[in-house]
Amino acid sequence: MIGGIDIIVLIATLMAASTPVLLAATGELVAEKSGVLNLGVEGMMIMGAVGGFAVATATGSPVLGFLAGAVAGALLATLFAILTQIFLSNQVATGLALTLFGLGLSALIGKGYEGVRPPQTTKLDFGPLGDIPVLGPVLFGHDWVVYASLVLVGATWAVLKFTRAGLILRAVGENHDAAHALGYRVVAVRFAALAYGGALAGLGGAYLSLVRVPQWTEGMTAGAGWIALAIVVFASWKPERVLIGAYMFSGITALQLQLQAAGYAIPVHLLSMAPYLITIIVLVVLSALHRHGVAAAPAALGRSFHASN
Amino acid sequence: MTGNMLLEITGLTKAYPGVVANDGVGFSVGPGEVHALLGENGAGKSTLVKMIYGLVKPDSGTMHLMGAPYTPPEPRAARASGVAMVFQHFSLFEALNVAENVALGMENPPPMGQLSARIREISAAYGLPLDPARLVGDLSAGERQRVEIIRCLLQDPKLLIMDEPTSVLTPQEVDILFHTLRKLSSEGTAILYISHKLEEIRSLCDRATILRGGKVVATCTPREKSARELAEMMVGGEFTTTDRAGRVLGTTIFEVAGLDLTPMSQFGPALKQVSLSLRAGEVLGIGGVAGNGQEELLATLSGERVSAPGTVRLHGQDISGLGPNDRRRLGLQGAPEERLGHAAVPNMSLTDNTLLTGTVRRPLTRKGFLDMTAAKLFAEEIIREFDVRTPGPHVAARALSGGNLQKYVIGREVLQYPEVLIVNQPTWGVDAAAAASIRQALLDLAGKGAAVIVISQDLDELMEIADQFCALNEGRLSPPRPTEGLSIDEIGLMLGGAHGMQEAGMQEVAV
Repeated sequence: MIGGIDIIVLIATLMAASTPVLLAATGELVAEKSGVLNLGVEGMMIMGAVGGFAVATATGSPVLGFLAGAVAGALLATLFAILTQIFLSNQVATGLALTLFGLGLSALIGKGYEGVRPPQTTKLDFGPLGDIPVLGPVLFGHDWVVYASLVLVGATWAVLKFTRAGLILRAVGENHDAAHALGYRVVAVRFAALAYGGALAGLGGAYLSLVRVPQWTEGMTAGAGWIALAIVVFASWKPERVLIGAYMFSGITALQLQLQAAGYAIPVHLLSMAPYLITIIVLVVLSALHRHGVAAAPAALGRSFHASN
Repeated sequence: MTGNMLLEITGLTKAYPGVVANDGVGFSVGPGEVHALLGENGAGKSTLVKMIYGLVKPDSGTMHLMGAPYTPPEPRAARASGVAMVFQHFSLFEALNVAENVALGMENPPPMGQLSARIREISAAYGLPLDPARLVGDLSAGERQRVEIIRCLLQDPKLLIMDEPTSVLTPQEVDILFHTLRKLSSEGTAILYISHKLEEIRSLCDRATILRGGKVVATCTPREKSARELAEMMVGGEFTTTDRAGRVLGTTIFEVAGLDLTPMSQFGPALKQVSLSLRAGEVLGIGGVAGNGQEELLATLSGERVSAPGTVRLHGQDISGLGPNDRRRLGLQGAPEERLGHAAVPNMSLTDNTLLTGTVRRPLTRKGFLDMTAAKLFAEEIIREFDVRTPGPHVAARALSGGNLQKYVIGREVLQYPEVLIVNQPTWGVDAAAAASIRQALLDLAGKGAAVIVISQDLDELMEIADQFCALNEGRLSPPRPTEGLSIDEIGLMLGGAHGMQEAGMQEVAV
């Protein structure tokens, strides 16, 4: 305990709290690495939240719920892919529309689920490992989704860095004309990347409604999707830095809640906006310090591809 | 026909809406032959090689590779059959390293470690040393081309297609490339070589097929023809040479001293202590391989980037802090290299595009409002004076071919009668006849007393029109030398030689 704050609880909370943003940011990272800027993360997350919630309560199975959340996010991302990759619509405008669409549709679907409790996602039992002081609660006191999300981030990093599929994805995001000239299917790669990104965002959303909160409320993502977008930029499109960014955002969120609970004389409004503010300030400062960081953006990011010849 | 040809093409036809790009094209390439494809812009060379490489499907006609029917549905299939291609605009990824770039061009690349070793081995064997771990964004143009070539060579191609490979190389680098190509050819690899540079074709190629308007008009042995004869076959008529006589040099009107500029992009060069001066009626040629500061130089001289006070002077007046329109008002105009998107807005009509640079020196506005009638008349004047082939001034800039748009862009600046005109790559990718007319227009402008700076990678062009020559290398500008009596070898040394490939190349030559 330092100044009324329990550090162990803080770190344990941070790991679970960061899961939605971490998943969404990792998914968006993959989409952006393929050269597509999808601003609809917030919309995909909340569709995942409501889709996952609906299926989990209907079937009583959280696993099916998470699966449904991922599918819902991927479906919305596929809609985005059809619009931007086939009909060549503007990516920024389409992404914003996707967020508005997702927020509206989820509110409509979610009407009947307000006040309902979802089936509980059980925590994994590591036996005696959970009893180790400090490390036990921090590392071994979570549900399976937390571990799965960490594995997913690691796997995404490894696939992007070491495999041929990852190389092709990066190549498409770097220079789609050259990739096309070499015979790679730019549009197909981007469809896949977007669907994967959507699935992860949906999974993150489902984690919010099934585990973090756990109930359905309208607009419950509360800007987490936008923070995920910001984290991707601040992380210079590197998965390991996405992890740090997500932990930082969630750490400050958890900290400000504890500060409120500990009764510090800081206005609540300041505390509530602290995670957003600090994350954005860090982003700006890092961009200013590392001009290289901004230049690390995939060169074809946000540009429409059309095989003209 | 003979059965031992490597590639045989008969009656190949490809039509696009409104234009027949290839009309019954037929030719053949033997094993180990270096075969040139010659033609003006729009003659159909690119379409033809794209069909051979599987990027475009022909409407009719047949291709045979080593006697077997050959119809590649996509580049993968072409590569699998032993056809490789080095692109005019490099198909490279700047943020990836050399080995990754090579791997992307291969069907079944070995693991990265083995691939890196293979790259070192092959690149050394052909005198083109390369470090597989370096980022392509940090490489010079010559080195980037080596990456492309190595990527092709690793697949043991039987036919190597090269589209304008020397346009970005220094003379020494060209020598090394030719040495590599001759070695490949002696090992039995056929090379299909596209270039505008007729002297190169005469020295390198065994046979040439000449295309005009999508049809084969002649086949010849280039060594037996003069460059002028080849040019006339391409154009299909008399070929006019530029006339640089009758210019009087006046007083110094434009001066640059101690100009520095920080890089504009991550992989871009900085300008370091650039100094130059121009007299009225003088043409200054600035040579150098792309990416050595050409864009940056044009940006600072035209006013897109401001520089430290006192570094740029026009008529003795300090203009270093002024933007492009203020500089235009004083008589300084510029035409950047990138035609679409920098010099002209692709989706705007030619009339609208005149308004981008023309409102200051031409009466194209009235009481602050655009005068569309005047703009249209100006656009029509450019089209007429510069022989821009287009249906009219209402056409969007992107619909024009590269050469026609270039004539339009240069015309727009020249017809505003600037006192100082700076152009970057005025004839890049432009066919011989159009290039000659652009050069003549620049000389005529100088003849009327304007000072002209021509930044170009085409050394022949600079030798043809410039009075003074400077080399731009890694952001530094060499002192000017009179072009009279300057040899290509001396220029090559001014350009910084062959960027480290000299040594390996020379050893090869010595053996």
